[in-house]
Amino acid sequence: MATAAAAAAATATAASSSLSHATIIPRHPNKPSTLTTLSFRSISKAPTTFSTKFPSKLLSSPPPPLRRLSAAAATHNNTTTTATTTTFHGLCYVVRDNIDTDQIIPAEHLTLVPSNPDEYRKLGSFALVGLPSAYPIRFVDPGDFQSKYSIIIAGDNFGCGSSREHAPVALGASGVKAVVAESYARIFFRNSVATGEVYPLESEVRVCDECTTGDVVTVELAQGLLINHTTGKEYRLKPIGDAGPVIDAGGIFAYARNTGMISSFPVSA
Amino acid sequence: MAPQSERSPSTTGSVKTAMTMTEKILARASERSHLVPGENVWVNVDVLMTHDVCGPGTIGIFKKEFGENAKVWDREKIVIIPDHYIFTSDERANRNVDIIRDFSVEQNIKYFYDIKDLSDFKANPDYKGVCHIALAQEGHCRPGEVLLGTDSHTCNAGAFGQFATGIGNTDAGFVMGTGKLLLKVPPTLRFVLDGEMPNYLLAKDLILQIIGEISVAGATYKSMEFVGSTVESLTMEERMTLCNMVVEAGGKNGVVPADATTYEYLEGKTTKDFEPLYSDQNASFLSEYRFDVSKLEPVVAKPHSPDNRGLVRECKDVKIDRVYIGSCTGGKTEDFMAAAKVFLASGKKVKVPTFLVPATQKVWLDVYTLPVPGSGGKTCSQIFEEAGCDTPASPNCGACLGGPRDTYARMNEPQVCVSTTNRNFPGRMGHKEGQIYLASPYTAAASALTGFVTDPREFLQ
Repeated sequence: MATAAAAAAATATAASSSLSHATIIPRHPNKPSTLTTLSFRSISKAPTTFSTKFPSKLLSSPPPPLRRLSAAAATHNNTTTTATTTTFHGLCYVVRDNIDTDQIIPAEHLTLVPSNPDEYRKLGSFALVGLPSAYPIRFVDPGDFQSKYSIIIAGDNFGCGSSREHAPVALGASGVKAVVAESYARIFFRNSVATGEVYPLESEVRVCDECTTGDVVTVELAQGLLINHTTGKEYRLKPIGDAGPVIDAGGIFAYARNTGMISSFPVSA
Repeated sequence: MAPQSERSPSTTGSVKTAMTMTEKILARASERSHLVPGENVWVNVDVLMTHDVCGPGTIGIFKKEFGENAKVWDREKIVIIPDHYIFTSDERANRNVDIIRDFSVEQNIKYFYDIKDLSDFKANPDYKGVCHIALAQEGHCRPGEVLLGTDSHTCNAGAFGQFATGIGNTDAGFVMGTGKLLLKVPPTLRFVLDGEMPNYLLAKDLILQIIGEISVAGATYKSMEFVGSTVESLTMEERMTLCNMVVEAGGKNGVVPADATTYEYLEGKTTKDFEPLYSDQNASFLSEYRFDVSKLEPVVAKPHSPDNRGLVRECKDVKIDRVYIGSCTGGKTEDFMAAAKVFLASGKKVKVPTFLVPATQKVWLDVYTLPVPGSGGKTCSQIFEEAGCDTPASPNCGACLGGPRDTYARMNEPQVCVSTTNRNFPGRMGHKEGQIYLASPYTAAASALTGFVTDPREFLQ
């Protein structure tokens, strides 16, 4: 009869063999990427464009003084991009780890088609309605279409589960501008930027342990900062990484059109 | 159609540019000789799949971006499968099936598996059922190709040595018009599963074991490659179970190297030429995990996360209210055969309601026609009836993801369910306070017989 020791043995083997065979590849390879995987469709929803590469100098320097709605020029690699700083300010709603897409938008509401404006609005009213009773504060009040919380603070692996684009759409439709999580599930991250519904930002530390639902917060994109005015604390955000060039182009469709891959919008037969 | 038995240097790669299978498939699809993880490349897509839940939104984006009169890039490379919300009176769900039908007619889509008569699925010869199983059964999963689908379990097709992953509506709308997508090359984690599989284990136990090991985010942005003597011994359906749940570890895709088992399954299913690709011996893997499968025990994922692993025997005091056998993960022919084997071995009746939802019309037919080994010619359906299970339902995604309120076997009460499906986050099968134990079909059947989470060894040895 096998025992728990067998499982432990498997773990030990995994660990030892990973030492002997593993080739560690950094998550963000040194080679700067010229292409990215992401896009913004509804640019109108995003207040402005923003620079996505942060100078490493800025990241290692102490946080600048608290301020809102500043304008800054950010540089990345060899080019200088002038970007109007985008700032999001509002109340935050705090969730923990592994908030899957069923909690963001339960499957029974997936009959709503996001590209239909009325149903888009309705999707907003159901945002985060799948959270269990451990979250006593409703994200969207009954009868409302929008939430009073515009920034979500989350733990690890936010948006795991299904590939439903309804998830970032429901958040965007409810009025969410940005999510600040410790990490994201892959498809949710990509869909967030692809739709332009929310900015999926990553914090360097576990902010969800230090913020409380209802705290007043500001996200300074260019400076890569999350500021909690209620507690008076500031947190660094990670650079958005590979998403940059396609976001700068205005989305995967715009990027493809700029490079001549597809013809100008729209194609008429 | 039959691939060469000898692996040519172009498929195995030479020492100069060692790559993993996933890197090689993406390199060939992007017309590059070499790729490394982290690169972003435009990939030519071989098959795009969408269904009734994400199809309407994808079509909306396609029309908005390419124009009302635009044509899809290739009417033979798009597969549209109604499967999620079919047997429901929900008007919006019914409308969504109408939207994908209208589009399929307008675009003359070659592979649209329609259903019109909801009262009797058998009256719809084109209707298949759960997309991932239908893709395999209809020959759309081929080694070495790229398959993208608007469903996270599209990774199921990695069982064929195919690069397969889930995408959103916006990306799918782009693929629909161009046949291409910008993809980031993932690094690969290698899982070496060796040893003889005990007769009380199924592939579901293996993947739950792995997810428990690396966590629900352990493979985020990564590929998972499954090799080893155990994997080689698995049937195609079992390999699908393994690859199906890589997304539950956050994985971008999962792959099993194609072999004789793969080619045998594909025989008669496709006439298309394909060329499998394999990882080079000196390819770089991010890390390697080894398991001696002969020493593993049946496991479940306890509420409310697929990585909340527990030994089944240590959950024996958990009282349950129902059992669900179905979905792309656990609703295939062999899944029902496995459940029937346990019922047959026990000769007893189930103690809790046991719901059976075959994934596809083909699976349903198998349940009603194939003899269960050692039963003296009985079919699964007969064994299920004798055991007191619910009558096998119409094939579709069913209650795996809750769905509209009137979905068959949806968890409308805060009950405890043992399920062969893939996710157990809060609310997944309907009720937010419901508790889902993910398990193999063996464990599900054993649990149905006792009314508690039960190790199948109680009946199989």
